[in-house]
Amino acid sequence: MDPLLLRGMTQPRTRRDVFRLAGLSAAGLALAACGVQGQKQAPPKPDAVKDFWSKQKKNGKVVFANWPEYMPPDQAPLKKFQQATGISYEYKEVIQENAEFFGKSEPVLRAGQSLGYDIVVMTNGVQLQKMIQLGYVVPLDHSQLPNFAANAGEKYKQRSYDPGNQYTVPYTSGITGIAYNTDHVKEDITSIKALFDPKYKGRIGMMSDAQEIGNFGMFALGIDPEKSTQADWEKAGELLKKQRDDGLVRKYYDQSYIDAVSKGDVWVTMAWSGDVFQRQLAGEPVKFVVPEEGGTIWTDNMLIPKGAANPVDALMLMDYLYQPAVAAELEEYIQFISPVPAVKDILQQKAATLKGEDKETLETMVGSPLIFPSEADYAKLRSYRTLTTAEEQIFNRVFQSITQA
Amino acid sequence: MRRRLTPYLLALPSWLWLAAFLVVPLAAMASVSTQTGNVVDGFAQTFSFGNYADALGRYSTQLVRSLLYGGAATLAMLAIGYPVAYWIAFRGGSRKSMYLFLLLLPFFVSFVLRTIAWGFLLADDGILFGTLKGWGLLSPDFHVLATSFAVIAGLTYNWLPFMILPIYVGLERVDPRVIEAAYDLYATRFTVFRRVVLPLSLPGVFAGVLMTFVPAVADPINAQILGGTNNTMIGNIIQVEYLTNNNYPTASALSFTLMAVLLVGIFAYARALGTENVLEAAAR
Repeated sequence: MDPLLLRGMTQPRTRRDVFRLAGLSAAGLALAACGVQGQKQAPPKPDAVKDFWSKQKKNGKVVFANWPEYMPPDQAPLKKFQQATGISYEYKEVIQENAEFFGKSEPVLRAGQSLGYDIVVMTNGVQLQKMIQLGYVVPLDHSQLPNFAANAGEKYKQRSYDPGNQYTVPYTSGITGIAYNTDHVKEDITSIKALFDPKYKGRIGMMSDAQEIGNFGMFALGIDPEKSTQADWEKAGELLKKQRDDGLVRKYYDQSYIDAVSKGDVWVTMAWSGDVFQRQLAGEPVKFVVPEEGGTIWTDNMLIPKGAANPVDALMLMDYLYQPAVAAELEEYIQFISPVPAVKDILQQKAATLKGEDKETLETMVGSPLIFPSEADYAKLRSYRTLTTAEEQIFNRVFQSITQA
Repeated sequence: MRRRLTPYLLALPSWLWLAAFLVVPLAAMASVSTQTGNVVDGFAQTFSFGNYADALGRYSTQLVRSLLYGGAATLAMLAIGYPVAYWIAFRGGSRKSMYLFLLLLPFFVSFVLRTIAWGFLLADDGILFGTLKGWGLLSPDFHVLATSFAVIAGLTYNWLPFMILPIYVGLERVDPRVIEAAYDLYATRFTVFRRVVLPLSLPGVFAGVLMTFVPAVADPINAQILGGTNNTMIGNIIQVEYLTNNNYPTASALSFTLMAVLLVGIFAYARALGTENVLEAAAR
């Protein structure tokens, strides 16, 4: 060995040397960390998609990441899937919020690693849009989705955020409206004005999500959020700011609103339809209404994230859930809006075979315009505004300045 | 030669650990904090120090509020914690270790769950206030949840043992003979406490304040679960900027600002206490 090198390696280092080394390596790392690569992707060519799918094989297992209360506790639909196909499943209730889920997944996907899930469920909105733009979603092979083609409702095949269902198929839709506690509120609430009524001062709950609260601010002003402009957002922001500063709002909630309204901490709150029906079934004093000024309709979508280990099995499960009988079983528990219209007939027939309270419950469900909306009901409902990245920054700033004050 | 190297070799694992998990992330965060861009098109290093001004301009309210909440919670912890530590140290007798165990017992449950449990306890019509309202002792509109009081109370509760334990250790080390000597010199009980026990326990108090004030200021959980409107703390903002807005530069700039403010605060505090060396005092 070179004696000079040996001496260099073995000579004692002073403390200052160590600091200098540490400083140098930190500086080097800082330089290396210059910039976070953007990964904006052009849409893949059909050939490439075909090529991808032709190489994939069934692996006999699938990992499904979903939201809480989106699957009956006994997981019967998944068990039947396992019996029918021999594919074993893992079901994980790991998604609580789109933003948080995206925020945590993005660095993993950017590093080219797998999330460990084969199907994830995300709501239409900015995060889903970013997932698609960044190329983090595997385009679907529709030749392997015959049940979807046959059974999905027309509305669920034409969606502005994913034309032609290139990347996603709906899991369920729901409505954002108003829930109120019938122990404390003695009137029938029909209007969004209830959320701005001084009578309920300090007993009003709003949602902290910028798009959700933004839509409600705009409904209250008679603005169609889908066609709204920056000026509209600012007007809605002022209205919501006044609502807060007048002390009307108790808190800006995430999913925890549902406990607050059923316990009576808030009396009137923005709410998601299915949550409220589940609580009603449990005998809690809550009621849901779509305000006459309008409500928000959203769709939770199944997609295959990039790097998923079992894409073929994932497609098979997605398609399986579109069998009307399976969709009906799911719907009976979930109580949001099923993307399979045939579910209504199946539940109606099932109701005819039941007796007593079960029959009544099921019949109420089948008759509910919130679970099976008519065309007129759909006409009252609006989606989130599609936002570009630049618009999103302004939009979030307007509404977060209210919720995050 | 080998003997001279030994201490460095022994320290090597911790140096590597610190380099990998402290220096690298900090350097990366410093770099991100002056970048511009967005998550879709990517971020580029533009040395935009305006990020700091922008972040501070938008969120100074929440930053100041966090310092106030953290300060109030720390004072409350001191007021509650000191007597507890004193009692265990001087009156605990043979059951000292059991008392300490009882103190730590709730901490076998996760932080978030404990905070949610407080939410249930303090619910408007919950076990406590529901009952009191039922007896007509409170007005039906009375509530604690969704106020700054609830957030500060939550912070106080959640970090209290970290205040008590160092103070306990400080008091435990006070030599009983010194106290006896003070009595022999005709000191009153109050004078003994003020002139002997309190000064000797100050390093413990210092460590306790350090260990509770810093995490309390940065905590996002209590404000989120127990707070209402206008109770947002800086930890919540950093979380929203990072996870919701994917605005990594602003989140990093805020984190650095918070760190700087806390460091300055701690050194000022060390000075005020007359401690020559912060680290020495904390380690004593």
